[in-house]
Amino acid sequence: MSVDLSQFHQVFFEESYEGLDVMESALLNIDLSEIDDETINEIFRAAHSIKGGSGTFGFQEIAGFTHVVETLLDLIRSDQFEMKADHVDLFLKSVDCIRTMINQLESGTPCDMEVADELKAIFTVLLDGENATSNDSNEADLIADANAQDSQSGVEGWQIYFKPELDILRTGNDPVRMFRELSELGELSVIAVTDEIPSITDIDPEACYMAWNLTLYGSATQEQVNEVFEWVVDDSELVVTPLILQAEVLEGTQENPAIEDASDENEIISVDDESDEMAASDAVDVKSSVVKKVVAKKEAKTENVSIRVGTDKIDDLINMVGELVITQSMLSELGKEFSIEKLPKLMEGLEQMSMHTRELQENVMRIRMLPISFAFSRFPRLVHDMSKNLNKKVELVLLGEQTELDKTVMERIGDPLVHLVRNSLDHGLELPEQRLAAGKDEMGKITLNAFHQGGNIIIQIIDDGAGLNKERIRSKAIENGLVSASDNLSDDQINDLIFLPGFSTAEAVTDISGRGVGMDVVRRNIQELNGSVEVESKEGEGSVFTIRLPLTLAILDGQLISVGEQVYIFPLVSIVESIQTHDQMIHRVSGGCDVLRLRNEYIPIVKLWDVFNVKPKHETVEDGLLVIVEGDNIKIAVLVDDLLGQQQVVIKSIRENYRPVHGVSGATILGDGTVSLILDISGLIKLAGVGRDTYKKISDANDNEAA
Amino acid sequence: MATILAVDDSASMRQMVSFTLKGAGYDVIEAEDGQKALDKAKAGAVDLVLTDVNMPVMDGIELVKNLRTLPDYKFTPILMLTTESAGDKKIQGKNAGATGWLVKPFNPEQLLATIKKVMG
Repeated sequence: MSVDLSQFHQVFFEESYEGLDVMESALLNIDLSEIDDETINEIFRAAHSIKGGSGTFGFQEIAGFTHVVETLLDLIRSDQFEMKADHVDLFLKSVDCIRTMINQLESGTPCDMEVADELKAIFTVLLDGENATSNDSNEADLIADANAQDSQSGVEGWQIYFKPELDILRTGNDPVRMFRELSELGELSVIAVTDEIPSITDIDPEACYMAWNLTLYGSATQEQVNEVFEWVVDDSELVVTPLILQAEVLEGTQENPAIEDASDENEIISVDDESDEMAASDAVDVKSSVVKKVVAKKEAKTENVSIRVGTDKIDDLINMVGELVITQSMLSELGKEFSIEKLPKLMEGLEQMSMHTRELQENVMRIRMLPISFAFSRFPRLVHDMSKNLNKKVELVLLGEQTELDKTVMERIGDPLVHLVRNSLDHGLELPEQRLAAGKDEMGKITLNAFHQGGNIIIQIIDDGAGLNKERIRSKAIENGLVSASDNLSDDQINDLIFLPGFSTAEAVTDISGRGVGMDVVRRNIQELNGSVEVESKEGEGSVFTIRLPLTLAILDGQLISVGEQVYIFPLVSIVESIQTHDQMIHRVSGGCDVLRLRNEYIPIVKLWDVFNVKPKHETVEDGLLVIVEGDNIKIAVLVDDLLGQQQVVIKSIRENYRPVHGVSGATILGDGTVSLILDISGLIKLAGVGRDTYKKISDANDNEAA
Repeated sequence: MATILAVDDSASMRQMVSFTLKGAGYDVIEAEDGQKALDKAKAGAVDLVLTDVNMPVMDGIELVKNLRTLPDYKFTPILMLTTESAGDKKIQGKNAGATGWLVKPFNPEQLLATIKKVMG
């Protein structure tokens, strides 16, 4: 029977990644002054599993490398080797190295062994002192084996004396089983030695008092015989002597050379056979490995979209579908003979149905949810490495790690989070001496906090560093022409400036942040997820970055609006307010753009009917409603006919079903079956041609006018 | 048909072992650590136990010790999956009452050969 091992590869990769994460976080938690046995055990176990699995599934590169890692861990575990800070770093590098190798295997590319070999060399040096002696004994074994081989020529069988220990049955080893195995190797005769069986009164029924004299005829090797007794040889008396048939020895010397010749020939033939076989199997192997590679590549694409779901979640779903089916059958029963008296029952059934549907929806959504610890897990390492680089002392606190978040959102929030944490470490936290001078603990603190609030998940990055320097931000913004010197900005508005494109206060470009990829990218990435990011800061006390994200990308809280016959949907998060206007609020600017003056702010008006070329009920601003929405830090006032309801809508991709459409992020199907477009605010702003420049021109023009 | 309890904290190893054994016609019960294995062994008749050594919660050696205290498992074959480097584990396992061992890494054919050796 042959088993295709490649079917288990994906599971192996996944559990290896998990094992590596466990190793990494355990390594980061190690207190070198007092090494906790369980922590080392945990690291060892993970390495051990990866080694075992990679060996079994044929990934020799990983097995070989993990072996040296494991060997050193084993020495540390058994207190034969003292672990120092250097070694922690070495193990961390090894974790990275194994991760890279698995990554390469997963994508079907051969392992790059350069780093592995370098690290292996370091391990070998560390291990060298320990291993010198055991190598010698291996050699001795080899010699002994060779001798055993020598003594085999001319053997026609084996005489075996086997006396097991009394407890053999209590280890589940049955001598009969061994004899059966021996009999498969050749003709076997068994003579029991019963001398030591005690009298019936003294007998322990579970003990084995017997011994056996066995004679095995045939060409079995001593190795094969020993293998039968492999598990019990240490505790038993076992004597295996070659059996040379008396008859042949007596029959003279003439036949012996012939026998030898024959056996030699046999050997030669068998060797040939073997090499042929090997060549053939090699060829097959090459073929199958080529095939495997192709398969692996194909799979690599689909693998990305798989997700591991806890069985409890699936059980919940099945349970709920069950309830739904029951309700449905109750309703259809009701429908068979419906009369008006049964109306309350119908209403009740419908109510139940809608409840189950809602629950089902929530639970289906939960399938895509993963605890945010998946995104947080990389930070201990990142902070560890970075604080070393920056000579800062940092404590990282992770809160709300079990808060669940959509997998896609999780994947896409990773980079912005890294950016923000790096930023806090680099710009936020001060050097130890500065902290001491400011009367703070020299150990800085960065907290990552996640929690649910309404239909959103909030992620906060909190540092107790110097806080944002408002003066510097302001002067920098003036320098870069983002604001004018005369602008009177509130603290919040100043803080918000750091999210504008082209803003960077870093005095020197460091390795860590300030490489030109600024906070504007962070904000844009988060906005693409229909989320928002804000900063609060107190000088000298620290900053709090707050990211607000929808729990899922599949569902959106929408505001339905109508223009003529059409119904469109605004994401609720982007709506600032909706107003009915009057003449005085509208200003016409040269260039044809109307602006709305609202509490000293000038907001360009975008006529949705004009943008989408549909016939509205009201063409003029005065008759319609203005919905003020914000995207990319720009506010626009969108003219619509009417506000309809607010509801959760399921987002269907237009890009996948049709092609990308500007100003539209997706579509949904409404309760009455019609399709409604979901508006993309940033796209709409571009489509309407109200960029930042226009925005500035408008406010300048109006300022002048007002002056 | 004989029932085999396969114990390993690694899901891929469990799947491989289980798939191979089921393919050869055995019934397989899986457990991911010693404690769970012990519970499952108590709950139903198992004809052979195949266990990893290094596992969280309860390791393979402890599992063997515990199983041997149960009347139903006094003589049941228990095989340990070990690596060559873990020589002392073999002895510890033997002392705890394990029947024998299978050295990792092994392929499905070796696994079946070893199981047949014990089950006939």
